[in-house]
Amino acid sequence: MLEIVFISTLNGVLYGVLLFLMASGLTVIFSMMGVLNFAHASFYMLGAFFGFEISQHIGFWPGLVIAPLLVGGIGMVVERYGLRVVHRHGHVAELLFTFGLTFVIQEVVEMVWGKLPVDYRVPPSLNFPAFTVFATNYPAFKMFELLISIAIFVVLLAVVKRTRVGLIVQAALGHPGMVGMLGHNVDRIFMAVFGVGAALAAVAGVIAGPALVTQSNMAGLLGPILFVIVVVGGLGSLGGAVVASLLIGLVQTFAVAFNVSLADLFKGSAIAGNLEGFFGDIWQVTVSQVAPILPYLLLVLILIFRPRGLMGTRDT
Amino acid sequence: MRKGLISTTLGLSMLTAVALPAAAEGTLKIAYIDPLSGGGASIGQLGLNQLKFIAEDVNAKGGVNGEKVEIVPYDNKLNPQVTLVQVQKAIDEGVRIIVQGNGSSVAAAVEDFVTKYNDRNPGKEVIYLNYAAIDPVLTNAKCSYWHFAWDASSDIKVEAVTNFLKGKKNIKKVYLIDQDYSFGHAVADAAVRMLKEKRPDIEIVGNEFHPLVKVTDFSPYVAKIKASGADTVITGNWGQDFALLIKAAADAGLKVDWYTFYAGGAGGPTAIKQANDADHVFQITEGFSNLGYKPAQDVVHAYADHYKSEPVYYPRVFTMAAMLFKAVEDTKSDNPVKIAHDLEGMKFKDFSAGEEGFMRKDDHQFYEPLYISSFGPLGSTEPFDEEHTGWGWRLAAQIPVKDTIVPTTCKMKRP
Amino acid sequence: MSDAANRPAIDLPSGRSKGFVAAYGIWIAAIIALLVLPHIFSSGLALTTMSLMGMMIIFALSYNMLLGQTGLLSFGHAVFFGLGGFLTAHMMNAAEDGGGSLPLVVFPLVGGVTGLVSGIVLGAISTRRAGTAFAMISLGIGELVSSSALILRHFFGGEEGVSTNRTNLTHVFGISFGPQIQVYYLIAAWCFVSAVAMYALTRTPFGRICNAVRDNPERARFIGYDTYSVRFIAFSLAGLFAGVAGGLAAINFEIMNSAQMGATQSGSVILMAFIGGIGGFAGPIIGAILVTYLQVMLSDITEAWQLYFGLLFIGMVMFAPSGIAGLLARQLPLWQGRQLHKVIPFYVLALLPGLVAVVGLSMVVEMTYQLTVHAPDGPAMTFFHVPFDADTVIPWIIAIVLLITGTWLFLRAARMVGHSYGEAVLAARARRAAS
Repeated sequence: MLEIVFISTLNGVLYGVLLFLMASGLTVIFSMMGVLNFAHASFYMLGAFFGFEISQHIGFWPGLVIAPLLVGGIGMVVERYGLRVVHRHGHVAELLFTFGLTFVIQEVVEMVWGKLPVDYRVPPSLNFPAFTVFATNYPAFKMFELLISIAIFVVLLAVVKRTRVGLIVQAALGHPGMVGMLGHNVDRIFMAVFGVGAALAAVAGVIAGPALVTQSNMAGLLGPILFVIVVVGGLGSLGGAVVASLLIGLVQTFAVAFNVSLADLFKGSAIAGNLEGFFGDIWQVTVSQVAPILPYLLLVLILIFRPRGLMGTRDT
Repeated sequence: MRKGLISTTLGLSMLTAVALPAAAEGTLKIAYIDPLSGGGASIGQLGLNQLKFIAEDVNAKGGVNGEKVEIVPYDNKLNPQVTLVQVQKAIDEGVRIIVQGNGSSVAAAVEDFVTKYNDRNPGKEVIYLNYAAIDPVLTNAKCSYWHFAWDASSDIKVEAVTNFLKGKKNIKKVYLIDQDYSFGHAVADAAVRMLKEKRPDIEIVGNEFHPLVKVTDFSPYVAKIKASGADTVITGNWGQDFALLIKAAADAGLKVDWYTFYAGGAGGPTAIKQANDADHVFQITEGFSNLGYKPAQDVVHAYADHYKSEPVYYPRVFTMAAMLFKAVEDTKSDNPVKIAHDLEGMKFKDFSAGEEGFMRKDDHQFYEPLYISSFGPLGSTEPFDEEHTGWGWRLAAQIPVKDTIVPTTCKMKRP
Repeated sequence: MSDAANRPAIDLPSGRSKGFVAAYGIWIAAIIALLVLPHIFSSGLALTTMSLMGMMIIFALSYNMLLGQTGLLSFGHAVFFGLGGFLTAHMMNAAEDGGGSLPLVVFPLVGGVTGLVSGIVLGAISTRRAGTAFAMISLGIGELVSSSALILRHFFGGEEGVSTNRTNLTHVFGISFGPQIQVYYLIAAWCFVSAVAMYALTRTPFGRICNAVRDNPERARFIGYDTYSVRFIAFSLAGLFAGVAGGLAAINFEIMNSAQMGATQSGSVILMAFIGGIGGFAGPIIGAILVTYLQVMLSDITEAWQLYFGLLFIGMVMFAPSGIAGLLARQLPLWQGRQLHKVIPFYVLALLPGLVAVVGLSMVVEMTYQLTVHAPDGPAMTFFHVPFDADTVIPWIIAIVLLITGTWLFLRAARMVGHSYGEAVLAARARRAAS
């Protein structure tokens, strides 16, 4: 039992930080610009492919720096010539714009890198087991993920809460006119924020690419899980995103460990037969079977009972 | 590709392009309906390339029955309802032979449609050749006279795998992990049933299902497998679900033998190589390039030269096309009614090893010897690696036809 | 909600004082068109495509009850389409087994009721919130339902789905519904009835309150309306019509499976509504017809259809957020003021370089495709029936010159169009004031 709890906790936390890594850029853009960036997963994919391409030529580590810079640049161009034009039509139009962008980025990636998965590998310097608990290895690369994730969180938090830049950016969302009056270029602030968000997505891509599968449909396969994190955590809250990531990581991991179904719960009781007839397949489904779709249930519940999210300061 | 027609003003011209001319005289048209865009396109394109290669080859030799073979591709986006529109399109364009494979949902829709269409349009019959969908339902409860299946159904494959495992005395504990949908359940149910029958001493220590392509982190599943003490895992997982599973297992240091159905699929070999798990991943197929059968190897070499070292992923497509061409020549006709009649019960030497197989009349399932191969570094007589990994599939065992036969519940309605 | 939705709706002409033909002319024209179309386009594919368009029109219109009318952006509308279809298929099978005497014609109602009931259930949860929260809830619910569909194999039929046979039900007047043309007329009839019903709904006080809730929820609340109830009712009714569309899909394809309630289907209805235009009633109809046509045909012409699709969508969002119907609606005052002829030359002037730019762009795309995805087939390709090699320099120069000059000229012409449009509007206004 101790073994299950310990291993599940560890796996859950590691999965949680990976989720935070992937969602951090989305949180930044969502909280500071109010834009729900549907193309976030596409930027993540671009990061993975750029990282792969660079690792083929000059190695993994330069890729970790160059790929995010490139994708951040693309993000700024998208903001400047796309999103800004759409901005005056409101948030729905912005959202739909990024929705259209996902099609385009996917096709471009397919054209350049093909449709088959590419062989993007963990760098040799990190390709060894870091430690072993209960006969299970934990690779060094996962520890590296953990470190980067924590670093991103700390830096973001420090910038937003402790620096002047953070203050101005926060003010620009609520009171763009006033911030403009004070002599700041609001347009440029938004452009930079979007660029940073895209770059963070690319960092996640460079790191998750070798760990997962780098393929032209990886953006689509990631699905809406990242939105779940941002919304569950609460709009505008970095801390919330961290908590939500860890929560989802742990819920999902622990759920896998339990093979309990409704049928098991009511086993032996008199009404079991009747209930089984009524519920059909649901009756036999175990918790572990549905583990990966629990986050969506969590999303719906959170939005009903606590619309502002776990740590949000205002209603979404 | 019908790329010559590129016209961007098309959107405005609404339905005018619909009425396309019927088939030209003297061509044997074959519609290939599979995903050619989006996520499934990687495998859809492989099948199309193989068919085109076959058509070019046979046309260079004078065609079939004096007719040129033409492959007409249709993109179904792996969506059953889009597929039905495309089938309709193919029929309108005068095609009466439909080839499709990817996705049992799509296959079931096509089988259903073709059966009803033939009922309602006597004299205009179409025939459906299925090269990859392996849900047993297709040749059992839903079976149709107009449907012919070349890939062994999952029941047959599990039958073959369990017959192989029967002789492996060192296997004590088996873990089953599958995607939570029809195919995954078909694999798991058959495995539980057949193992119990053939090796009652084997303990099934886990029977896990997870949602289809929704899992990003397989480490909790791997932890469960590890905790169960299993020495063998049987999985029907494909695509990302297989690649992530094998990589997570390698990360955690899980050492087991994997018996799979789709490890050779796009991306699978790359993942196994990344996991550095040599000779522990087994796959069951109707053939692979390193079997050492000269006529097949020559074709695979020619194919690799033409398609930039792309693997022959579907050896059965060659068998299927050859059988179709034989039926056309036997009957001297490209009428689907006659072709279907000729295909029923046809005996044929398969492409991969030249061994005889047959199209079972009862359910239109093709039976041929199956092979269990393992993935690892290649020997000197094994020239073909996969996805530039340097590793390839190597023979582990041949399962003779008699060990693959499963009963069918099909009640075939013949016209 | 976006400004796009706030634009005056292009209502179908409904002048109450103009007499019967003027008042209902457009509907009569629609009936005639629905009746005559299958005789003009009579191939099997045309019938299938038009049947598909018919149900997509209902689906897109029902979606617009949410997005356009009430300002609710839903990412899970296909759930109702799918549930409606599944239940219809099950009921058809049950009727067949039970030897019941219901004719096929009424079965879309099963879908409608299913859609309504599930709309009520899910609406009670999700419509408590509006805006982004609502969008996210709909996304979550959509994901939940479509994932569960594969797991709950008895009801949803697993991967193969549920198949049924439309010809095995009671035949009325000897109509078997075997031939596609009969199914087309069934769909056309339901499409017409549903469209009329949804249009009528927009004319009721309830329809107006929906608009108020969309535009200014605070004010709507202030004058005594419960915005939650309004959203809830609109959501349930949208579910009803989506269910009808799903029921028709079950009848048309005779098979339903979980792909029909997934994110792709939900996404394509957004595309339909938005490309057509969410500001008016006609928009989703235009969008459903156009997008369905492109979905059926575009993939035959180019494998990069998703790219063109994405670009088209982005272009619409950026430059014509009111959709095709919105663009047409803006010509209405000019038409009434008899000024349209003054701007048409400018439109042509802008259209030509626009087309040139598009040709250049698609040439770049197709050549890249030939060199990457189709690398094994060699560089030889044809474009507009012109054969050339994609790895030579000249076609690339031509393509890029076409793209750049086309775009540049288009932007210039677009400015002139804007200018002339403004003048024409003023002239039209002056004319109306004078008369």
